[in-house]
Amino acid sequence: MRFLGLLRANSWVLVLAAFLLIVPFLFPSLAFINIVSEILIMALFAVSLNLLIGYTGFVSFGHAAFFAVGSYTVGIMLQRLSASLPLAIPLALLCGMILSGIVALVIGYFCTRLTAIYFAFLTLAFSQIIYALIIKWESFTGGDQGLVGGIPRPPINLFGLSIDMTSPFSLYVLIVVAVCVSFLIIKIIIDSPFGWIIRAIRDNSERMNFLGINVRRYTIIVIVISGIFTGLAGGLIALHVSGSYPDHAFWTKSAEPIFMIMVGGMKVFAGPILGAIIVTELSAHLSSYIGLWGLIFGAFLVVFLMISRQGILDVLALKTGLIKKLKL
Amino acid sequence: MAILEIENLTKKFGHVAALSNVTLSIRDGEITSLIGPNGAGKTTIYNVVTGKFPPTSGRIIFKGEDITGLPSFTVWRKGISRSFQITNVFKTLTVLENIRTALIVHLGKSLQFFKPIDHYDDLYEKTLHILKLIGLEDKKDLPCQEISHGDMRIVEVGIALASEPELIFLDEPTAGMNPEETRRMVDLIKELFETTGTTFFITEHDMNVVFSVSNRIIVLNYGEILADGTPEEIHQNEDVKRAYLGGVEK
Repeated sequence: MRFLGLLRANSWVLVLAAFLLIVPFLFPSLAFINIVSEILIMALFAVSLNLLIGYTGFVSFGHAAFFAVGSYTVGIMLQRLSASLPLAIPLALLCGMILSGIVALVIGYFCTRLTAIYFAFLTLAFSQIIYALIIKWESFTGGDQGLVGGIPRPPINLFGLSIDMTSPFSLYVLIVVAVCVSFLIIKIIIDSPFGWIIRAIRDNSERMNFLGINVRRYTIIVIVISGIFTGLAGGLIALHVSGSYPDHAFWTKSAEPIFMIMVGGMKVFAGPILGAIIVTELSAHLSSYIGLWGLIFGAFLVVFLMISRQGILDVLALKTGLIKKLKL
Repeated sequence: MAILEIENLTKKFGHVAALSNVTLSIRDGEITSLIGPNGAGKTTIYNVVTGKFPPTSGRIIFKGEDITGLPSFTVWRKGISRSFQITNVFKTLTVLENIRTALIVHLGKSLQFFKPIDHYDDLYEKTLHILKLIGLEDKKDLPCQEISHGDMRIVEVGIALASEPELIFLDEPTAGMNPEETRRMVDLIKELFETTGTTFFITEHDMNVVFSVSNRIIVLNYGEILADGTPEEIHQNEDVKRAYLGGVEK
């Protein structure tokens, strides 16, 4: 009952999921589901990171670490032991989330010893350690080639049903469901008392110490939650591109969700989602036409931030009550 | 009975002693004011007692328990709350959300992850109760960065008070306030004292405020106690007159 209530309060997630599931069956297009899958995965990455940046006020430059742990866990598990397991894909995704969570706990434990700017530096350093590990540990990770040869997608056997996962459509459904469920869970956490405690930490972490809150402990909890969902995004990208690459751990990967948060907005839950749509869509369409895509995107970002000083949905949230009404 | 005892407290920053061998006690159920010129060490006493940094030497006893050097969040849990001299509220949150934040922790709900915050009736009622108490009910939905300085100071006190502490420290509650706002703050402190029975420990530069609210006044000068007594006694005290009150004869 309580769960139904939570669903009703966040009905936009249901609308989003229903829309995404219906569209490809009305207009079947492989290009469409490919770009939507990528947007959804990056949106989950950005929303998870925004839990830390927008809601708790700590900037991480090293979230690619968790993304890569998720990606490689899923890649390695499915390549090595997929045939023997009835629920190989969900199991691999779950393991990716757990492992990312553990890595986040370790990284979070050390990084939260420092404040603000050094916190950001240290997250970057840790993610480069993960990157170096992936490059050097060739027998396990495939080194700088990554996990090549494709990642098998065995059927999901559930209640006597065998769901074929090799078709792009079934993978698309899996991605939509996993991402939308994650959005829902993260949104519920943001609306909870814990969610309000972390907002207060963002506004004034020093004061929270004088209100009985061990700020460091709460920050670590946020990093772990964020790491778990970033790990899921990483696991999904491994399935989506059928491979895990060192690129998933490289520091530029940590920057992508930060751009999305900057463009879309950090104070509104849907901000990073909008950012993911804009950035992914623009880079997919423009990069093939324009060689200097990065230069143009950078310039766009500079001009955009100079004018707005906030993300798109932050501006809209200030100007209209609409976003509050829709509970985005 | 003493609720807080400070014994031989010394705090040095490098070679400078901000506090040297301060011994004082705060009695239960009183408003005690701590006064002294700028740099006398008032805020340092607050910071050391509430765990912002540990003392160089000395002991702090709260209700018979040694709390010396405990971290701030633990000191708060023991029942000591404080407000700050420089306004220290949650600026993007509304007045209601500011007060509610303190209550989330007080009611032990800070690790609840899944139930929406507006489904906690007790939390909402207690928040409204505090808002009524501090008289900011009509401004509850305004973000703190949009209210007046005086109101912000009152929110500051409200946050400290929300957790029903046994002992509350107010660091310069009327700092930067105009006379009208100051009067409001004085009324508020008196009213809170009467309705909640909380023990108050206040620093204040405005002598009119000090003499009108306090049961007892402690005078600090260069990190040492100069005098300790009722407002009457302090007013008569020759040392205090010479060192501190000198200019403000009434």
